[in-house]
Amino acid sequence: MSLLDLVDVRKSFGPVEALRGVTFSVDAGEAVALLGDNGAGKSTLMKTITGIHRLTSGTIRFAGADLAGQGPGEIRARGIEMIYQDLALARQQDVASNIFLGREPTRRVFGISVIDKPRIEREAEAMIQRLGARVPSVRYLVGNLSGGQQQSVAIARALTFSPKLVIMDEPTAALAVREVEHVLDLVRELKRQGIAVILISHRLTDVFAVCDRVVALRQGQVVADEAIAETSMNAVVAHIVGAA
Amino acid sequence: MATTLAATRTPLTIRGLGGAIRLESLIVLVILIVGLSIASPYFLSLSNAFNILLATSVIGILGFASTFVIAAAGIDLSVGSVLGFSAVVSAISVNAIGLPWPFAILSALLAGAFCGAINGLLIARARIPAFIVTLGMLGVARGAALVLTNGQPVYGLPAPIVWLGQGRPLGVPVPAIVFILVALVTHVVLSSTTFGKYALVIGDNEAAARATGIRVDRHRILLYTLSGTLAGLAGLLFAARVNSGDPTAGTSYELTAITAAILGGTNLFGGRASVIGTLIGALIMGVLQNGLNLLAVSSFYQQMAIGAVLVLAVWLDQINRGRARS
Ligand SMILES: Nc1ncnc2c1ncn2[C@@H]1O[C@H](COP(=O)(O)OP(=O)(O)O)[C@@H](O)[C@H]1O
Ligand SMILES: [Mg+2]
Repeated sequence: MSLLDLVDVRKSFGPVEALRGVTFSVDAGEAVALLGDNGAGKSTLMKTITGIHRLTSGTIRFAGADLAGQGPGEIRARGIEMIYQDLALARQQDVASNIFLGREPTRRVFGISVIDKPRIEREAEAMIQRLGARVPSVRYLVGNLSGGQQQSVAIARALTFSPKLVIMDEPTAALAVREVEHVLDLVRELKRQGIAVILISHRLTDVFAVCDRVVALRQGQVVADEAIAETSMNAVVAHIVGAA
Repeated sequence: MATTLAATRTPLTIRGLGGAIRLESLIVLVILIVGLSIASPYFLSLSNAFNILLATSVIGILGFASTFVIAAAGIDLSVGSVLGFSAVVSAISVNAIGLPWPFAILSALLAGAFCGAINGLLIARARIPAFIVTLGMLGVARGAALVLTNGQPVYGLPAPIVWLGQGRPLGVPVPAIVFILVALVTHVVLSSTTFGKYALVIGDNEAAARATGIRVDRHRILLYTLSGTLAGLAGLLFAARVNSGDPTAGTSYELTAITAAILGGTNLFGGRASVIGTLIGALIMGVLQNGLNLLAVSSFYQQMAIGAVLVLAVWLDQINRGRARS
């Protein structure tokens, strides 16, 4: 049994069928590229896995448990983290707060439970160091950081809570060349640690550099599921645009 | 989209005191105090300071309520009416119904919480805009207060309740003490607990709040319930001070409450707020009112001044952000 199993996953927004029976699996320590044209349903599929969208039908199993009906908080607690395309950061909160968003450690002071700010700042700082990210201070407001720095914060949030699966929705779209290399190294490092990765990207060179498998979506359906070693960029492009 | 962009830069603020306080507001308050001290010989005294705190207590507590709601990018236009409704329910419970005096407190808070919870449910579950829901509640709660009393104030409250409004242990008015206590508690809640943090994050980026597992709908309901409960407390203090449940109590106080919050640096579009800032904002309103009274300016002009200050505060904030961005 795989770490993540999607079986006949369907999702409709009113009359719009965004996902029309998606089935595939991801193993622990495996990096799977999810490819497809704009509007193919990639983001919708990932948001269905993380509990933001409720699936219309089908099953999603993760580490042996059925995720049906669970909310984003419960699914994060099970070990799925996602770096969203729009990053999902609170711009008027500082870096440390963003990294611990939704999972703030607390301590009791005079009987009330207050956020353990020193601990959050300490651990956020450590995480930023470990990622080698160039963020001047964990007390900076996220809205004042550059695009690349904001990306680092989103990545740090995804990695702070020992995930089993990390989903990245176009993490390199807004990055400079050197930052892209950084993200690709990160994917390799996650694989080494046995953490599964689903990478959504339009950059096929990136995908071929770090992924083990490609899954191509077209109009809400899987049109290809192939090992990287056994396919080529041309074949993948053909799947995406539907020429094959 | 323009609003979220505009919301990212912080204007001149003092950070560290658990959130952003607008420096300009503090300066305005100091200037007002200095100016009025020169203009009126009666202004600068301990007893007048207590008078200001007393006069500010009710609108200040409503201001704290607005601070939480606006922090989450919401709005509660019903606080003034809910104050009146709670004052009336409180008075009726001990006067007409004849329950023991603690029920005056309990019924005021419950009446406020009830209105707030309905606001929250309609906003979070039925997905009706907060502006409409609370505008509706503004009418319904005020109407209910008038219906319950036939439009006449309910006179006569038990002595312990009257003490809550009129008592002066060591010369300090009880409402002023309650006001400061509520300020301290709500300050800690907004600046240091997950409840406050999540309110700010919901106002900052609701999608991010959902994605990180914050229960946004439930939190919204709690925020409006808190707002209603604080309005209930303000209603209790109001009734206690005038020794009656007046169905017209708190009319148009939402204007002052929202103005206090915005003056204090609360971002009208959510994501940034501070109770200490609102306290300063409320004191500006209180000092202004007190000073205009001492200088014998008609209360009609005062109402005009409050409205103008609200628009001016938001305008200055916009100019500030524009400058910070370029
Ligand atoms: N919240 C939503 N409501 C309605 N339709 C949506 C929503 N999210 C996505 N869709 C539709 O679902 C389809 C897939 O979109 P999306 O998953 O964002 O594609 P991709 O990420 O592959 O570019 C599109 O037709 C899009 O318009
Ligand atoms: Mg997408």
